[in-house]
Amino acid sequence: MTTLDDIINNSRHDSWFARLKNLQVFWVFIAAVLACLALSLMTDAFTSDRNLFNVARNFAFVAVIAIGMTAVIASGGIDLSVGSSVVLSAMVISVAMASGIGFWLSAGLALGAALLVGLLNGILIAYAGMPAFVVTLGSLSAARSLAMVLSDNKMIWEFGPDHGLLLWIGGGSTLGLPHPLYVLCVLAAVMSLVFRWTRWGQHLFAIGGNENAAVLAGIPVRRLKVSIYMFSAMTAGLAGILMAGWLGSVTTNLGQGMELTVIAAAVIGGANLAGGEGNALGAVVGALLIEVIRNSLILLGISTFWQGMFIGTFIIVAVAFDRFRNMRR
Amino acid sequence: MSRLVFSGISKNFGAIQALSDVSLSIEPGEVLGLMGDNGAGKSTLVKIIAGNFRPSAGELSIDGKSVVFHRPIDAQREGVEMVYQDLALADNLSAASNVFLGREPLRRFGPIRYIDYKRMNTVSAELFKQLKSETRPRQLVRRMSGGQRQAVAIARTLLSEPKIVMMDEPTAAISVRQVAEVLDLIRRLRDRGISVILISHRMPDIFSVSDNIAVLRRGRLVCRKPVGASSPEEVTGLITGAIDAA
Repeated sequence: MTTLDDIINNSRHDSWFARLKNLQVFWVFIAAVLACLALSLMTDAFTSDRNLFNVARNFAFVAVIAIGMTAVIASGGIDLSVGSSVVLSAMVISVAMASGIGFWLSAGLALGAALLVGLLNGILIAYAGMPAFVVTLGSLSAARSLAMVLSDNKMIWEFGPDHGLLLWIGGGSTLGLPHPLYVLCVLAAVMSLVFRWTRWGQHLFAIGGNENAAVLAGIPVRRLKVSIYMFSAMTAGLAGILMAGWLGSVTTNLGQGMELTVIAAAVIGGANLAGGEGNALGAVVGALLIEVIRNSLILLGISTFWQGMFIGTFIIVAVAFDRFRNMRR
Repeated sequence: MSRLVFSGISKNFGAIQALSDVSLSIEPGEVLGLMGDNGAGKSTLVKIIAGNFRPSAGELSIDGKSVVFHRPIDAQREGVEMVYQDLALADNLSAASNVFLGREPLRRFGPIRYIDYKRMNTVSAELFKQLKSETRPRQLVRRMSGGQRQAVAIARTLLSEPKIVMMDEPTAAISVRQVAEVLDLIRRLRDRGISVILISHRMPDIFSVSDNIAVLRRGRLVCRKPVGASSPEEVTGLITGAIDAA
């Protein structure tokens, strides 16, 4: 006679290692570690403090947005507008600060502008039932155009009274680690918990798995979708603020094409474009791998024209890996 | 007292008369096999009970109390649960998550509220045990057999101590062995005093598990009798119209 506890305990026969090696994020992490090892043997420059600092900072921007993108992809959607939300947010904060407004209020305005893009995306997708691809393609174009109008397409490099604070927040470091990395760590930790332990997270994955089932279960699918696109836009807005501080100047081509790198990071990290799968840690590791590849090509003196080839190969390999794994089952 | 009574239920969509003057009652612990050809009004009838549609005329009462459902949630509050044909499960989630989908129990940790997975696993393990199903709470639905999926969908309905469970073609797309499993699940529901309305095209399933049989043809109830007093031949005749009424 089996007791209830036996049934529950027997529900997983796999050992922890078997579970681990089934996770895409594990293999991507191994790939990133191998790439790092190879690089540190092949070049002296890779392990230099300066280079590691740069790698850590550069990948943080993409990784922050990739976490937002993971939420969208796991719910079965896509958000192409993040690159434009980045520039809109960066432009709003720089224009506001240049006009003499303090950092915190300006940052609030910048996040507000990004959230508005997300709200609009979400309403059109969830309530008007339009395809996410088309809606966010539209806002990709519209938000960047708005940033150009706002700045009159000029570069902004003076940020008013809180100039130093902005540069410190985006480009500074504490205890030897760049600030964007701290933001990323907090966001990744919080979102890992949120995805797994909150109703919002569970329902997001349920929508991605079977939207009809989610509706029939009484989940407020429309409202949830709006919040997911707003979350994605918020991560883009956050990255925009940090990037403005890091670069010390903002132009309207900031974040151009970034949506593709972000989607690549999320997908390499295990987000399934068919919906229902993805995790925050995977997005971070995916972004890390892309940055290590980019960095290695530079350090090894290989033409940066090859960058797209490597990243493209990794995307396809990651998806192919997932496909083979599912075929074996 | 009857569990569910329809009196003179009619439903029309514009000029189309989907149901006309259907009167029917179901007792607690009764399995009613509902049959009819496509377009005979089975799904309309079920959707009226489930709160998806409101009848154009007639009255619905549960346990002697007259009820009006505006939305599916109203029907759920009165103890009416529905198992959909496609089962409405999220493949990427575990059995327990699907059982509790939209009704996840929460625990508090200071100001933070988080999902109580332990409770979800224990309760769903208990439900699966009651259903004598080998489904495991943490197993992903994607990796389950048709019978196990059916058990998950049924366990979902049991969560709210339902009075009436309606099942739409539960044996349509599964293997013969799993059909027996699902029919057993239906008997377990019946043993708990739940009224089951079973919609199926499969004559052997209806005859093996139902107490009574009801046949709809062109929106009219043409037969309602104990299965023992009928035969598959008669039911086929009633469905097609070869026999006018019985």
